[in-house]
Amino acid sequence: MSRVRVLVGTRKGAFVLTSDGKRKDWRVDGPFFSGLPIYHVKGSPADPDRLYASQAGDWFGQVVHRSDDGGSTWRPVDNAFQYEGPIGTHQFYDGTQRPWAFKRIWHFEPSATDPDTVYAGAEDAALFRTTDGGASWHELSALRCHESGPKWMPGAGGMGLHTILIDPRDPRRIYIAISAAGVFRTDDGGESWRPVNRGLTSNFMPNPTAEVGHCVHRITMHPSRPDVLFMQKHWDVMRTDDAGESWQEVSGNLPTDFGFPISVHAHEPETVYVVPIKSDSEHFPIEGKLRVYRSKTGGHEWEPLTAGLPQEHCYVNVLREAMDVDSLDECGVYFGTTGGQVYASADSGETWSAIVRDLPAVLSVEAQTLA
Amino acid sequence: MIRVVLPFHLRNLARVEGEVRVCVAGPPTLGAVLDALEASYPTLRGTIRDHQTRSRRPFLRFFACQQDLSFETMEARLPEAVIRGKEPLLVVGAIAGG
Repeated sequence: MSRVRVLVGTRKGAFVLTSDGKRKDWRVDGPFFSGLPIYHVKGSPADPDRLYASQAGDWFGQVVHRSDDGGSTWRPVDNAFQYEGPIGTHQFYDGTQRPWAFKRIWHFEPSATDPDTVYAGAEDAALFRTTDGGASWHELSALRCHESGPKWMPGAGGMGLHTILIDPRDPRRIYIAISAAGVFRTDDGGESWRPVNRGLTSNFMPNPTAEVGHCVHRITMHPSRPDVLFMQKHWDVMRTDDAGESWQEVSGNLPTDFGFPISVHAHEPETVYVVPIKSDSEHFPIEGKLRVYRSKTGGHEWEPLTAGLPQEHCYVNVLREAMDVDSLDECGVYFGTTGGQVYASADSGETWSAIVRDLPAVLSVEAQTLA
Repeated sequence: MIRVVLPFHLRNLARVEGEVRVCVAGPPTLGAVLDALEASYPTLRGTIRDHQTRSRRPFLRFFACQQDLSFETMEARLPEAVIRGKEPLLVVGAIAGG
């Protein structure tokens, strides 16, 4: 029978939650790296017991941990993320130009076929890769050196490269997203990049439809349709049907189209999940009611999913990395909150229950479906 | 041998307990001790000093013999009591707020 392992990064350590296919009873292991901020933990699709964890804090900088046994034991690997080539400058909050400076890894994206190959998204925005299981990291510098780089700027959380999507048909096609620059695509394995943001509108920008500068919070795809992407932008939920060449808004009847995470159902490519957040000034659910919204039509028409979720006095946030799905026959959906709860649904979002309620603030959630 | 006391999280990362001791070739400076420490415990590279700038991480401080050495240069000679192993060099994490 299949099992599920949920990898949770928090402000004070990592946790590993495991269950059988019923997903009713959960084992909670951790904290690992207790007391330390763990931005992201992710497993290799090619070897699910190979995990990578990003420990990143103000005290001790960046540390990368690797596990070869599904999270039971860990060892540190290389943590030298050196920008390669000209460092260049980007726009700072006050409009001045600042040189790129590495701060942390926000996201790991392991290769679908090789557990030793992993992409890493950094703040200040850059893309790194290891091909030796973390023994060394090298920048794919063509992205950072893109001619639009001086126009990129940090969002309130920093200028992070937070999403990496690898096209399952051709791993040389990769999408990345940066707050606040937008989405970029390479078709040649990172040798060259171009922004793919046509159709996005961001009213805070001097030119709301500029090619770069958009605060994209998250993008996602279903592996069976790699040309269709869904996006939760700072405001607006968007989709593209042509690999990012053009985007259309699909916010439809959402009560607010501000939010951070977005996920696609494992078996229904037109079923999408978001967690609407009141506004960019009030990072909590509307009316204190925690509601996941699901569209079964690829956007436009959304329904609230509330069974088992708090419907009063709830003022948590759900961060961009903190939602994922498993691929069991009945798709499981998971998300973590800044209040330390990790909620699970074993029935595609119809009903929810908390696996744990009192973890540190959750930064990331990744679900692994194990044989 | 120069004695070094690391903060809790760096002891865990280096997988050591209590003080560590390092040998320094050449002038016994703060930078030489950190070089020796990183050579003996490579997992500490980048944690006390930034990989690129080689400067002290702002939330870590260096103390010894009741002196704050945090703002000394890396070329500064350590106090004699530290060089002779009578006193340890303390690497201390800034006090956390909340």
